[in-house]
Amino acid sequence: MAEASYPEDLKYHPEHDWARIEGGEATLGITWYAQDSLGEVVFFEGPEIGSEVTKDQPYAEVESVKAVSDVVAPLTGEVIAVNDTLGDAPEAINADPYETGWLVKIRLSDPSEMDSLMDAAAYSASLE
Amino acid sequence: MTVEQSALRRTPLYDTHFEAGAKIVPFAGWEMPVQYDGIKEEHVAVRTHAGIFDTSHMGQIEVEGPGSLAFLQRLVTNDVAKIEVGGAQYSLLLNEDAGVIDDLFVYRLGHDRYLVITNAGNHEADLVQFGRVSRVFDVYVRDAIDNYAMLAIQGPNARRIVGNTLNIDLPARMKVGARKIGRRPALVCGTGYTGEDGVEILIDPEIAPAIWTELVDSGIVPCGLGARDTLRLEVCFHLHGNDLSTDSDPISAGLGWACDESTDFIGSGKVAVLRNNGTDERLAPFTIEGAGIPRHGNPVLIGDEVVGEVTSGTFSPSLEKGIGMAYLRSDLAAPGTELEIDVRGKRRAARVSSKPLYKKEK
Repeated sequence: MAEASYPEDLKYHPEHDWARIEGGEATLGITWYAQDSLGEVVFFEGPEIGSEVTKDQPYAEVESVKAVSDVVAPLTGEVIAVNDTLGDAPEAINADPYETGWLVKIRLSDPSEMDSLMDAAAYSASLE
Repeated sequence: MTVEQSALRRTPLYDTHFEAGAKIVPFAGWEMPVQYDGIKEEHVAVRTHAGIFDTSHMGQIEVEGPGSLAFLQRLVTNDVAKIEVGGAQYSLLLNEDAGVIDDLFVYRLGHDRYLVITNAGNHEADLVQFGRVSRVFDVYVRDAIDNYAMLAIQGPNARRIVGNTLNIDLPARMKVGARKIGRRPALVCGTGYTGEDGVEILIDPEIAPAIWTELVDSGIVPCGLGARDTLRLEVCFHLHGNDLSTDSDPISAGLGWACDESTDFIGSGKVAVLRNNGTDERLAPFTIEGAGIPRHGNPVLIGDEVVGEVTSGTFSPSLEKGIGMAYLRSDLAAPGTELEIDVRGKRRAARVSSKPLYKKEK
């Protein structure tokens, strides 16, 4: 998508990651700002299903032609799904970072961690 | 609040890039556009149509006087006597140990007049070497970097569009000629560094924005240095600072063809020995067999043995996979050798390829 967008229903981490929290699970991805800074994503390889991701720690990498960027986990949990379609179509991370460009789903270890994340307004403000 | 004084230089086209929304990054002491709309798109535009690059950060050194030929024969590796007036040649500037100070294009503009194109990051070091060596020759050396803006227009349609738009005839491949562009004297060269046909234009910095805009309005795609890097790596052209340095030598780098030791250039003794005895390492192109993108500095492995290091690595938009060049133990540098590249702790299967990695379909 060409214009910056930060959906209201997501929670945001300062390292430019988002989480969509549904019950005890969360879908994770990178924000519009992150994909725009990186440029066209040409490679994403997710973590193993069953592995742990830890809040504030990198759990995967996204690569553009020019650069590699760590993806930081906004929340702690166990990986229960990886977006396999990104293997063949990593450009979805640019085109649709909040829907088809999601990266992983996790089962949350500590749902209270979400209190430390920003809402869309706070995240947008942090970019200015 | 502190005001940071930027030491970075800007080309005459900086405002043009900025206003067009190009992404601008520091490169070799300059603020340069790394991409306009996207590296892949720009790359494909150059392979299939035509793209324009601002290469005004590259330097120019003028060499003039009756001793010009003798001076350049001593200074650079290729046989400068082979360049006719209006010709161009790729060459290397070496130190006494055959370390590569820079790689260059030498244009012969007149009988005793040459123009040398340098890399931005090496221009100052080149000037020092030119100045030092020039003392014993009847020659006048002048830094001309501020006299020129430089545009590279590359791609299968580049010549046609440039010729029509600027209403000039264009020199053949590896030829250079004086032309008038925008009512100012200009140099037009049938050279480039993308593996595509095209031209490079050296013009008065004042008219560079107008000429750029005119060419872009004629349908030539504005491109950044990101695409320039992927284009040159697909055809295995060296990038000084990555694939060449004062720690490498021309023979290991596969640039023996650009050296003629009979001209007695600085470093020729060492080059002759290396050519004769062979080198421990050899720069070899490779492709990643499956997933992964190699990057500068990644170790190259066979089993648990480190057999080399990646000097340039990227994602190839044409081949749609990871590619690179690496200095490998010479016995492993032949096409077909199976390797692994340690990409930040993950081992990626790779295979030595022949040059170039990308071959144009005829």
